[in-house]
Amino acid sequence: MIYLDYSATTPVDSRVLDAMTPFFNASFGNPSSVHRYGQVAESAVDSAREMVASMLNCRPDEIIFTSCGSESDNLAIRGAAYAIRERTGAKRILASRAEHPAVTNTLKHLEKYEGFLIEWLDVDERGRVSPEKVAEAICEDTAIVSVMYANNEIGTINPIKEIAKVCRSKNILFHTDAVQAAAYLPIDVQSLGVDMMSLGAHKFYGPKGVGALFVRKGTPLISHLTGGGQEFNLRAGTQNVPYIVGFAEALRLTVMERERRAAHVKPLRDRIIGAVLETIPDSRLTGDWESRLPHHASFVFKDVDGNLLLALLDAAGFACSSGSACKTGNPEPSEVMNAIGLSREWGLGSLRVTLGVQTTPADVDSFLKVLPGLVEKARKLKLNRHD
Amino acid sequence: MTKVVVAMSGGVDSSAAAALILEQGYEVVGMMLRLWSEPGKEDTNRCCTPDSMAQARRVAAKLDIPFYVIDAKDVFRETVVEYFLEGYARGETPNPCLICNRKIRWTFLLDHALALGAEYMATGHYARRTSGEDGRVHLLRAVDRSKDQSYVLHILTQEKLKHALFPVGDYPKPEIRRIAEKHGLPTASRKDSQDLCFLAGDDYRSFLQRNAAHMLQPGEIVTRDGKVLGEHNGLPNYTIGQRKGLGIASPVPLYVLGKDAVSNRIIVGTQEELGSSELTARDVNWVSGEAPAGSFRAEVKIRYTAKEAEAWVTPMDNGSRVQVRFDAPQRDVTAGQAAVFYQGDLLIGGGIII
Repeated sequence: MIYLDYSATTPVDSRVLDAMTPFFNASFGNPSSVHRYGQVAESAVDSAREMVASMLNCRPDEIIFTSCGSESDNLAIRGAAYAIRERTGAKRILASRAEHPAVTNTLKHLEKYEGFLIEWLDVDERGRVSPEKVAEAICEDTAIVSVMYANNEIGTINPIKEIAKVCRSKNILFHTDAVQAAAYLPIDVQSLGVDMMSLGAHKFYGPKGVGALFVRKGTPLISHLTGGGQEFNLRAGTQNVPYIVGFAEALRLTVMERERRAAHVKPLRDRIIGAVLETIPDSRLTGDWESRLPHHASFVFKDVDGNLLLALLDAAGFACSSGSACKTGNPEPSEVMNAIGLSREWGLGSLRVTLGVQTTPADVDSFLKVLPGLVEKARKLKLNRHD
Repeated sequence: MTKVVVAMSGGVDSSAAAALILEQGYEVVGMMLRLWSEPGKEDTNRCCTPDSMAQARRVAAKLDIPFYVIDAKDVFRETVVEYFLEGYARGETPNPCLICNRKIRWTFLLDHALALGAEYMATGHYARRTSGEDGRVHLLRAVDRSKDQSYVLHILTQEKLKHALFPVGDYPKPEIRRIAEKHGLPTASRKDSQDLCFLAGDDYRSFLQRNAAHMLQPGEIVTRDGKVLGEHNGLPNYTIGQRKGLGIASPVPLYVLGKDAVSNRIIVGTQEELGSSELTARDVNWVSGEAPAGSFRAEVKIRYTAKEAEAWVTPMDNGSRVQVRFDAPQRDVTAGQAAVFYQGDLLIGGGIII
């Protein structure tokens, strides 16, 4: 099997695993405990927090560890929405139409059950949110703007710095979901100018089950997981010490090796894009050509069932993903496919190929050898089904 | 290694089929169809509820085989559901499992299995296939006659049968449950399914009411000689041989003898009038690929649950139709159901009763 789905998740780097291991057993204490066991664990969490803070160029007490990127998004959006409404009464939230479900469904929930007003920002056909659109949409009643750093389905990188600048000039809180971006893009929060930023470790060779949220000092935020006073009273629950250690180590390695990793995947990615568009009829690149995650290639094929293509690829030994990925055979074009204006006949036929440190040129060669035939096969099955 | 796709439903039979195929040393891939459900009834549709899908997925995981769900919603609605509705519109009692097996399982799904590189597709049907000396493939009844499902497979051609495997047909049902248990499959104790999958556990009449209310036009109930006895509330609500629920006062019990879609009438008569000693069937499939040259003796089954009856079968129109003449009159010969011909365990062919 050849794994080409690094945007879904990545294997844990063995160096990360080594850093985590002692905290399962040898140093298993609860960071909240008074005794030495607790002190050792607390120190590990504090060191991890300092490490993450230095990678993000922020203060350690601006880092909240969570259980995943989705939880970070929830804490950021819910926590700030409640806090700001309490403070100023503002109840309008702006977000792009191409956000991850962790953001869109959280917003829909706030709209349905909590009386917030959500304004969805259109994206262009490449999936980008323009800072000008954000500026136009902001009004007196706006509480938060949330725009993702890089899109998981189509790899498009948003002009986050410019959007942050717009928000800051209007004194509006700006959150970005950087779960996909962190593996390859700069995450210096001072240079980006964001107020809150969500991260998840398993997208950059860390373990699943741990995330972090950067919250700029002074940002109004209410906890939504209540209990003990962990994480500065913002996220109750005994800290997951080994995973937090793993998060920090994975992020450290990512920042150190980012350029090398990008230089490894980008030419391979470019070969895939070139070859697919050249050899497969009725194929299109989704997302932006330039402003795109370096490991990310995504396409749509007209009149192809994307799920079926994934099954055919899997059977041929290649693990990929699709914007309509669905394990229950009930595919619908994703909201991202709709947001970038694709019709159903195109939007159902999406394919995402994402590369990583273990991808070799030979992997790409063999993938490109089988893909055109499988697309053809899937297309035939879709069009000939009445025979 | 030879690859086999197992069509899985989340039930015990197809689960055991997957286990058996695996035991036989093949490379196995599980596939499940996402079929159509009435909007809003997705959770109750029998064979592809999220629950049965989760079951099938668990079985595949337990057996450590790949598992894929194929979207067949549109093709199912366009073929099976349409066929079902059209059949009732013609005054017949259609059997949608037949068209589903022909167009969905053994065409749509088989095409997908072959595209995946499989040589065979296995199902959990109780039936058997053997290779004859003449190079042809024979379709036989299951070892467990009480569970035999070869009736719905009479639509198989040599081309399809060549790719078909029916691993559970060699075993009695209790043995199949035991095999599922032995492999620790979570479906071992699931109860057998009965009704049509897309009726969502509902009566077909209420399905028609929701989806084809225009078909349910009241009309006359008449005797064979045209005497009007009462009014019916739509042809599809009645089946041949039905006695109860006619709403007619009569000194002798009356039975539905036939339905006339053109005049929207139901014809009733006494028990003595019920039954016919012959029938004609259309769209006949001969499993061997060739119609027999002349009339032949066979045991004929006129619905899935009917007992087979001795008859002469006579091919007509190059074998596309047959006339069946029973030794003794048969009750409830119903247009739209299949007549299937057997000689012992061997399935010769079958067609749709007109």
